[in-house]
Amino acid sequence: MGMTMTEKILAAHAGVGEVRAGQLIEANLDVVMANDITGPMAIPVFYQMAEKVFDKEKVVLVPDHFTPNKDIKSAENAKSLREFAHKQGLTHYYEIGEMGIEHALLPEQGIVAPGECIIGADSHTCTYGALGAFSTGVGTTDIATGMATGKIWFKVPSAIKVNVTGKPSRFVSGKDVILHIIGRIGVDGALYESLEFNGDGIKNLSMDDRFTIANMAIEAGAKNGIFPVDDITLSYLKEHTKKDYTIYEADADAVYSCELEVDLSEVRPTVAFPHLPGNAKTIDEIEKGEPIVIDQVVIGSCTNGRIEDLRKAADILKGKKVNSRVRVMIIPATQNIVLQCIEEGLAQIFIEAGCSFNTPSCGPCMGGHMGVMAAGERCVSTTNRNFVGRMGHVESLIYLASPQVAAASAIKGYIANPEVIL
Amino acid sequence: MKAMGNVFKYADNVDTDVIIPARYLNSFDAKELASHAMVDIDPEFAEKVRPGDMIVAGKNFGCGSSREHAPLCLKEAGVSCIIAKTFARIFYRNAINIGLPIIECEEASDKIEAGDKVEVDFDKGLIYNKSKDETYKGQPFPPFMQELIKAGGLVNYTKAKAE
Repeated sequence: MGMTMTEKILAAHAGVGEVRAGQLIEANLDVVMANDITGPMAIPVFYQMAEKVFDKEKVVLVPDHFTPNKDIKSAENAKSLREFAHKQGLTHYYEIGEMGIEHALLPEQGIVAPGECIIGADSHTCTYGALGAFSTGVGTTDIATGMATGKIWFKVPSAIKVNVTGKPSRFVSGKDVILHIIGRIGVDGALYESLEFNGDGIKNLSMDDRFTIANMAIEAGAKNGIFPVDDITLSYLKEHTKKDYTIYEADADAVYSCELEVDLSEVRPTVAFPHLPGNAKTIDEIEKGEPIVIDQVVIGSCTNGRIEDLRKAADILKGKKVNSRVRVMIIPATQNIVLQCIEEGLAQIFIEAGCSFNTPSCGPCMGGHMGVMAAGERCVSTTNRNFVGRMGHVESLIYLASPQVAAASAIKGYIANPEVIL
Repeated sequence: MKAMGNVFKYADNVDTDVIIPARYLNSFDAKELASHAMVDIDPEFAEKVRPGDMIVAGKNFGCGSSREHAPLCLKEAGVSCIIAKTFARIFYRNAINIGLPIIECEEASDKIEAGDKVEVDFDKGLIYNKSKDETYKGQPFPPFMQELIKAGGLVNYTKAKAE
């Protein structure tokens, strides 16, 4: 009986030849990551167990959520994280000026690689599965233990095999694909499980599409999402990492709990309505109803703040003006992406269209700062969650969408189809 | 190990953003967090909850963010146990790691109503509804997790193993 990709990586990190779904194991960790919300809380817990981190190359700290510091308490937390990083001599600590949103920054800086076993004290740590790593989100106590010992316990997850075929149309991206999947299986459709992507349609998904898809595996309840390593992955890695890595493949006779067919050519631009990421509607369904008038658009986040996302948004916004009723925030996910936006002329397109162009931060995604919403306001956002109160007032409404749909909506002032804008 | 208290009842998919909204995450002081527990779904919760009280909910309790502030604020508020059909996996880990007892039971989730008095025996996985004189069988923890809980959470377990 064969193993899934996730089972193979976990077996290798537990130092055993074979693991099975449901088995409890202790795994060695390649990367242990925390941010300015989960990190400061983990520091006192860490000191209960150890004086020094298990490996100063492998513990990564990124202040990105409430930074640039939004208030005094956040500043104190960021300070404690900074002091801890310096005291421990960590290689990978990223201060304002070089920082980025963690899940865009770590792959870009080559800190994460295929075949690795990674935990992060942030639920969207599952993003790195796009590179063929096992990567999952944990809380404060787990991350403190990981920083102290370099090990953590896992229950080996069962896996859902997602068979991807076909080619997406021009205005369909990774975001539409994952919203389509969550819409079909629900926000707990992959609870405690691994989402393993497979099939010849994967070659039609760019690296940035795959990051977006793996990023939102958690929104289906999954422990991790994982892609096989192919030529697209290898060319990304060549550009970004100097690390040695191992490529794992699922066995042909691996056991899955179920299989899901996704034909990319049939996926339509998709929007998740309040208040669950699984509440998905296609743009065609939306166009049949009354226009959904909006107040704000956010294009950014660990889900959709990468260069390709911003190129797609700029493609739609070029030479146009955003609707005067709508506040539009563009938030590139890393400093390198900011620079790329300037060099490629995207920054100018955004600013001339009437968008704000901002420094990297998780910012408005979780209602932190840079775009908190008032009662009754509606936002089209390329972020990952549309829960009650997520971006501000409990009576504000969030519609999750791709950068293309968000850009089209910014121009029209209501949720709009990018196909009719260009 | 046992718990006993009155029930607060909620539906499916109670997410960590409503358990403790991000606007309060600039602090990790348990008392301060507890004063805002459940505020976006039940503004009266923090006022009304008494030590020992329980939360009973539907499926996927604690979905969303990895913030350990969520189970921490409920524990500090006095919640002695959470019963749900299923838990989101990060919340599940976090609750066990900080010693907040949780138990999965579909029948209990369906039959227990707000205000019921309930007693939970974690070793046996038994849930007794005193108000209705009914007993439901939940999933007891696997032995490894019972060890973790008996040690007083992951930190103590890790320290004991190191010695």
